[in-house]
Amino acid sequence: MLLLPIRLASLAPIAALAVTFAACGGGSSSGGTGSSGPALVSLDGSSTVFPLSEAVAEEFQKSNPNMRVTVGISGTGGGFQKFCRAEIDISDASRPISASEVEACGKAGVEYIELPVAYDGIAIATNPKADWADKITVAELKTLWAPDAQGKVKTWNQVRPAWPNREIHLFGAGVDSGTFDYFTEAITGKAKASRGDFTSSEDDNVLVQGISSDELALGFLPFAYYEENASRLKLVPVDDEKPDNGAGPIAPGAETIRNGTYQPLSRPIFIYVSRTAAERPEVQRFVEFYVKNADELAREVNYVGLGGAAYQLVADRFATRTGGSVFSGANTIGVTIDQLLSKERAR
Amino acid sequence: MRKQADLLFHAVSLAALVIALVALAVLVFDIVADGGSRLSWQFLTNIASRHPEEAGVYHALMGSIWVILLTGALALPIGVAAAVYLEEYGTRSRLARFIELNIANLAAVPSIIYGLLGLGLFVRFLGMGQSVMAGASTLALLALPVVILSTREALRTVPSTIREGSYALGATKWQTIWNQVLPMALPGILTGLILSLSRAIGETAPLIAIGALTYIPFAPDGIWSKFTVLPIQIFNWVSRPQPEFKVNAAAGILVLLVLLVSMNAVAIVVRDRFQRRGRA
Repeated sequence: MLLLPIRLASLAPIAALAVTFAACGGGSSSGGTGSSGPALVSLDGSSTVFPLSEAVAEEFQKSNPNMRVTVGISGTGGGFQKFCRAEIDISDASRPISASEVEACGKAGVEYIELPVAYDGIAIATNPKADWADKITVAELKTLWAPDAQGKVKTWNQVRPAWPNREIHLFGAGVDSGTFDYFTEAITGKAKASRGDFTSSEDDNVLVQGISSDELALGFLPFAYYEENASRLKLVPVDDEKPDNGAGPIAPGAETIRNGTYQPLSRPIFIYVSRTAAERPEVQRFVEFYVKNADELAREVNYVGLGGAAYQLVADRFATRTGGSVFSGANTIGVTIDQLLSKERAR
Repeated sequence: MRKQADLLFHAVSLAALVIALVALAVLVFDIVADGGSRLSWQFLTNIASRHPEEAGVYHALMGSIWVILLTGALALPIGVAAAVYLEEYGTRSRLARFIELNIANLAAVPSIIYGLLGLGLFVRFLGMGQSVMAGASTLALLALPVVILSTREALRTVPSTIREGSYALGATKWQTIWNQVLPMALPGILTGLILSLSRAIGETAPLIAIGALTYIPFAPDGIWSKFTVLPIQIFNWVSRPQPEFKVNAAAGILVLLVLLVSMNAVAIVVRDRFQRRGRA
């Protein structure tokens, strides 16, 4: 109580200053984006989508020097929060919008256009010295990562008797990431359902560092991070034991992700465009540029493009401003390009 | 025996100094070895890029300069005014003592807490968005306790005879503070400001909390512009998968170090000038 007057007193000048500046700024500070000066397009969201959005933003600004694009990293969930508060124009998402986010956007009156832009895979990796780990099945991954494995499954031979009786050290993407949501949904059957006693980090380099320096480590991380560190990690092919989409263990790669045989650990990534923002010419131009160049730039940042035909459908979807989500609520585990295409066509 | 103890203490304190300096030297050497070759005019004038060899720090350097200047401009008047109140006007009250205790505690609050406060107060409530103004306001809050504490210390070093002399000549309290006390205390005040700004310029956590972790390929063009700063650009580079970006990060750290050292040098020169004037 006693503290309050002085706190307010010391803050008041800052607040007053801010109001003064705001008044001086006049119209230019409306919405925080600034109508004077170069036009601004703001993106925020998934760290998985960031490399692609950043590449697109960089190329876009080379050809449009009078337009500015900013790309934030606050996770898919954090991105949607800002998106539904209309603080940003485009949300980067490594999973479809969730039911609660649909509701939040609906309440705020933010309508969105959902555009898949590429595919990303989740790689299972071990230390190069772990020569026994030549492949792993989805069932074995479930044994390892199920919530009830916590504190119980601690050694390699508990997963497969042939593996050594030594401790297993688990690494995985941080619990706020879309990668974690997707992995848990694909492996344990329920998003976010996982044991808690593994080393998790929102920074995928920490995982690379951890796995590459610990010969008893096994972890999951975005495929692009594996690609950049291929010499320090060993890729473990995954067998989903469903011969109809490729028999036996399959390693992730551009080909197996694109043709849908690396299952269930590959997924589409999205951008969600605010319909109000899409009215602005700079946003419209940026999104058109994004869809047009996504295939080539996705390859450059070690993601897998959807293929030309799919991008045409995505471009049409934006041109007609088709709102809503095809993927939300639907089970997107194991969605292939073909299924994606037919879903787009059905609309 | 007394002499030996004296010698021993001399040796221990010298060893402490050597340890501190060697650690710093090793750090600087390591960074120069990693990033020195990457430093070039092009590195200073290019903006962020996904190609490590094309990436530069221009946008982040300008962002840091904007933010730190504005932080100083906000923290100095508020901090000095608060300290003058505490030291010259309210010093005997129990309230003032209670406030003093709290300010001392505030100086030790983790910076991320200030970031969350900044997010709630400046970015959201006052609607500043992720602007230079919001970042500088947040860092100014972070710097304020140190500025207030060091200003109070500086005010205390002004001999009471000066104040009494001024009063004896008929000056009011305000005239005494403005014309006599503050000029004499200025070197100490500036030292406190330098220390707190040096801390603020390296801060990453509070700015990430207010949402400045962003690819922003342009330098700020005003206080309402979005911004990024050097520590965030370095953080961004370190967290990238390609090893080439680690070199960029080391070069970025060098730029930050040079900025910090030159900022301090300017402040020291200013301080010495005032000190000489004060004595004359």
